Amino acid sequence: MKQGIYEILENTRIAANTMKMVLAGDTSALTAPGQFVNIRLDGFFLRRPISVCDYDAETITIIYKTVGAGTEAMADMVCGQTLDLLTGLGNGYDITKAGDAPVLIGGGVGVPPMYGLAKSILSVNPSCRVQVVLGFNSAEEIFYADAFRQLGAEVHIATADGSVGTKGFVTDVLKSLDYTYFYTCGPMPMFRAIESMAATSGQYSFEERMGCGFGACMGCSCKTKYGNKRICKDGPVLEREEIIW
Amino acid sequence: MVNTKVDLCGITLDNPVIPASGTFGFGYEFAEIYDINCLGTFSFKGTTLEGRFGNPTPRIAECPDGMINAVGLQNPGVDKVISEELPKLAKVFHKPVMANVSGFSVDDYVETVRRLDQDPAANKQIGWFEINISCPNVHGGGMAFGTCPQAAEEVTAAVRKVTKKPLFIKLSPNVTDIAEIARACEAGGADGISLINTLLGMRIDLKTRKPVIANKMGGFSGHAILPVALRMVYQVYEAVSLPIIGMGGVSSAEEVVEMMLAGATAVEIGAANLIDPFAGQKIIEDLPRVCEKYKIKDLNEIIGGAH
Repeated sequence: MKQGIYEILENTRIAANTMKMVLAGDTSALTAPGQFVNIRLDGFFLRRPISVCDYDAETITIIYKTVGAGTEAMADMVCGQTLDLLTGLGNGYDITKAGDAPVLIGGGVGVPPMYGLAKSILSVNPSCRVQVVLGFNSAEEIFYADAFRQLGAEVHIATADGSVGTKGFVTDVLKSLDYTYFYTCGPMPMFRAIESMAATSGQYSFEERMGCGFGACMGCSCKTKYGNKRICKDGPVLEREEIIW
Repeated sequence: MVNTKVDLCGITLDNPVIPASGTFGFGYEFAEIYDINCLGTFSFKGTTLEGRFGNPTPRIAECPDGMINAVGLQNPGVDKVISEELPKLAKVFHKPVMANVSGFSVDDYVETVRRLDQDPAANKQIGWFEINISCPNVHGGGMAFGTCPQAAEEVTAAVRKVTKKPLFIKLSPNVTDIAEIARACEAGGADGISLINTLLGMRIDLKTRKPVIANKMGGFSGHAILPVALRMVYQVYEAVSLPIIGMGGVSSAEEVVEMMLAGATAVEIGAANLIDPFAGQKIIEDLPRVCEKYKIKDLNEIIGGAH
């Protein structure tokens, strides 16, 4: 974990209630896709934990949904303003288990970490057949489908209203795919549906209300088959085999 | 040169800054990012006789200038604290640590303290006991002892018999007369008083129309509670002749000084650690500047200075 001040290079709306922010600063604490940053905002006591979509040597990209006063305040920020971040939080995904044809399943605001994950898998194994299933409510909420395609991933989209791709949920796509492993991030109902039908082992990234984001307060604990874990420090990614549903 | 050293029941602290129990774990998350030996000491995660998972989640809610938690005393239990946590802590922290203990009966408190006191390695590491009779998040979780003078005196006296180490009793602010509880602890043989624990609070989600946290109520802490904490430390300073560890919303060196003026010999930093993991270190580094600004040559001179 590192604390630093980051300059906003970009803060733009990319879909309904969905913002993309690019931040410049020290990214050395980030070591795996699926980690998150915790952002301090003026006027709010607790930091906002937000998953990392992508990062390089100088920048961090996050995609966030405006769901409350904190994220709405973030959406109003402009280029050149700075933010206090804790970076390199959480364990992130283990890409060594992907096999040669993993499926990455993102639901709504769970889509962004799938991008960094797809990029990591393909940088280690360029011939890997990365299949991506993105679930959204409707066409106006869709983002990053082309970005995944540009990485070389196979992209499948499901929308609840059928406006784009398969009408229904990510599981309606998943049932027709062959895959060696799965990775997912999204809402709990989606997780439960995946759990009921997934054909392989996999990793889930969980969300929970956090106090600190770095393992100190025990605010986000959960029970697993391997003992109590903190979503922020021992997670947010848990393996399918350890999760107690 | 400002003297920031204070004496806490015969043990010298390099400075009065002490991360509060429940906001600092057993130290190592923070030892990864700064040398925690700069601290006066810290109060480790509230330890009970048996291991506890705590309350269901969500356990956390944000408030204006503060937060509510209902963690519910999650900890591995005293035996694992002795066999696993304290040996790990010994590698990164070389000063006496404050052992925070909670319980559900007088026997719980006594047995937990006895085990920590009698284990040779733990005994060597522990400088003080801080007995939490004020957890608001657990049914019967100590707060019953902290809201009744007779019960507070009884648990203090019982724990007093099993350790010779300095004994601080951590009080709840959720009482009508804090001075009365403090006097009961003094009568029971306490060496000092810690206060305040969190204020009982609640937030309600407008979308679900239900309390945000699963436990419904939780402990309100953070910057917003500073005035309540100062007032209670001030009252307890007038009621007893014991050293006080003041806490509640403190998040700057100025507020450490303010708390000492109210009557605190040392000051715990709680929720501030959660939003700024470097808070303890920053406050310590800033303390000499603040002392010079307010013409304080020795922090000992200002303890209770507001009276």
